[in-house]
Amino acid sequence: MTGGKGPFRVEFDPKLMRLERPLSLCLQARKLACERDDRWLFEGLDLDIRSGEIVRIEGPNGSGKTTLLKILSGQLSDYSGELYWNDAPMRQVREHFLANLLYLGHAPGVKTGLSPLENLAWYQALSGDKGSETQREKALAAVGLTGFEDVPAGQLSAGQQRRVALARLTLTQRALWVLDEPFTAIDRDGVDALEKQLIAHAQAGGCVLVTTHHELTASSVLRRVQLG
Amino acid sequence: MHAAPGGLLVAVSATFKRDLTLMLRRRGEVLNPLVFFALVITLFPIGISPDPELLASIAPGLLWVAALLAALLSLDSLFRGDYDDGSLEQLLLAPHPLAALGLAKVAVHWLLTGLPLALMAPVLGIMLALPAGSYAVLALSLAVGTASLSLIGAIGAALTVGLARGGVLLSLLVLPLYIPVLIFGAGAVQAAILGDGIAPHLAILGALFTVSLMLAPWAIAASLRISING
Amino acid sequence: MWAFINKLRSPKWFYAISTKLQPWFWAVAALLLVVGTVWGLVFAPADYQQGNSFRIIYVHVPAAFLAQSIFVSMAVSGVVFMVWKIKVADMAAAVMAPLGAAMTFIALFSGAVWGVPTWGTWWMWDARLTSMLILLFLYLGVIALRGAFSSRDSGSRAASVLAMVGVINIPIIKYSVDWWYTLHQPATFTITGRAAMPMEMWLPLLIMVLGFYCFFIALTLTRTRSEILRREVNKRWVRELVEEAS
Repeated sequence: MTGGKGPFRVEFDPKLMRLERPLSLCLQARKLACERDDRWLFEGLDLDIRSGEIVRIEGPNGSGKTTLLKILSGQLSDYSGELYWNDAPMRQVREHFLANLLYLGHAPGVKTGLSPLENLAWYQALSGDKGSETQREKALAAVGLTGFEDVPAGQLSAGQQRRVALARLTLTQRALWVLDEPFTAIDRDGVDALEKQLIAHAQAGGCVLVTTHHELTASSVLRRVQLG
Repeated sequence: MHAAPGGLLVAVSATFKRDLTLMLRRRGEVLNPLVFFALVITLFPIGISPDPELLASIAPGLLWVAALLAALLSLDSLFRGDYDDGSLEQLLLAPHPLAALGLAKVAVHWLLTGLPLALMAPVLGIMLALPAGSYAVLALSLAVGTASLSLIGAIGAALTVGLARGGVLLSLLVLPLYIPVLIFGAGAVQAAILGDGIAPHLAILGALFTVSLMLAPWAIAASLRISING
Repeated sequence: MWAFINKLRSPKWFYAISTKLQPWFWAVAALLLVVGTVWGLVFAPADYQQGNSFRIIYVHVPAAFLAQSIFVSMAVSGVVFMVWKIKVADMAAAVMAPLGAAMTFIALFSGAVWGVPTWGTWWMWDARLTSMLILLFLYLGVIALRGAFSSRDSGSRAASVLAMVGVINIPIIKYSVDWWYTLHQPATFTITGRAAMPMEMWLPLLIMVLGFYCFFIALTLTRTRSEILRREVNKRWVRELVEEAS
């Protein structure tokens, strides 16, 4: 079992895609530097991520892409320099930032002992909003997992588990997406659909920060940042 | 989009429910500490002597030590699953205090480990010829005491979750911190046997629990943030 | 205060200042330890009850004091490291841990040796010895945890948190163990629990305690300095230092 049922479609359901605030968001990093065990991963990094942009972090293995994403998503406080969210220092607006952030790491964050629906329910509740079963079913349908809603995630393939994680993109209305290698384990149809979804999110005023080895085609909204 | 009022409660109860569901689906993991508890208690009469008088005199300590070890046994998996599958990152990035979400996980651990151990202890007490009149105190002291053990142990679990073989290290970190709880827990049962007042012991156990409840969640949160860095 | 904290941020500054300080601490430590040892072992009167065997107090008590103080200073260094991100504090905490464990071991060992003439056995579950034993385990935990991380930075933070947790627990452990001891062995003779000690016995003890503290500070300075060099080996000021020396 590799793929889901049919291609991974992007739902342009306005209710799902709508972002709740008029968008002029930006995440800024100033003179960002990170030293891990006496090795400078990067130094003096200035970075602006604004509404309507997809920023792709590039660099060879070990150049600190994942570390940078973890810093920019507020998981690591082990850096020097400043982070600003909508022009306010990150430390002051951390909760607001987190409420607008969707992070997808190397591991999908899907519990194998729970069904996709239960996984999404927990994820949704984490942000303080219970959501509804219909919302979650729609989000699963959007990633081609109709019919797998109640199967324990442990019985799904790696690609399908990844899709459960990707269903969060549709499920929640977060403005800033930070995605670490989101195309891993996804089949070709899924890759196309995900790429379209990223572009749509940027065009709707969201921002996307992504590392990937997959070549993105969205030249109009894409910016590259080179590390290492 | 600010987190809705009451959002914290939603997040905490969802995490509690999630962990409870997960644990109940893997019943073996819930039963293992209980079987371990019974097994260890079985070893003592075999290793020392079946003499009821001798057993009765050491029963409070044996029951407490065995229960403590059984509770320790299941601690290693408290955060490990979440660490391995990436859920821990999501937990850390929830727009709510990590301390509260961690507390929900600890509560599930106590509910499915400490509490069953406390309820089971009187049965094993019979097997060790524990003198009458101390059974209720045994269960009560274990119920309160294991709550502190879960809280303190979760700090160790959070500190070692990023390590490949953290299990033995976890015991080394946590066991010395367990000693006060052991002293007053076993002391309460001993006092009940001797007919002394048990109130001071239970009061101190309660105080230890209160202090753990106030401080441990912050230490757990800080430790998880360290462990996620690898 | 802030100026001082900012200066502490620079390992180079700490290295320079400790270059000046450490000879003094070594000298004072040596002087106090020699005076205290000779006074305590030769001139102080023998105990009317224990005879000469009481003289082990001049090692046991200072070591026990230091064992506890080092844990506290390790935890304080941990707080300084976590709050102000001062790396020197972590380096100091890292070198303090084995030293504290060694002191705890000395206190335990001297207590055991003392037990032979006093109790007729190498080990008694005496309140002080039991607390010391638990303290040794706490030290071993901190050392093991620091070493277990592949990333040194994470190991430092984890060890700091554990030291803080430990330091909150030490008084609780001590109180519980004392309580446990009085409950189980109310009438046993404790080795250091006596109130009145004549001046001629007490003064050398004070000198020994001060000597041990100076020794601790001197050794911590010296070992922190080598830790600084080890961790900052790629920094320019260290390379310049090496060039100057050679």
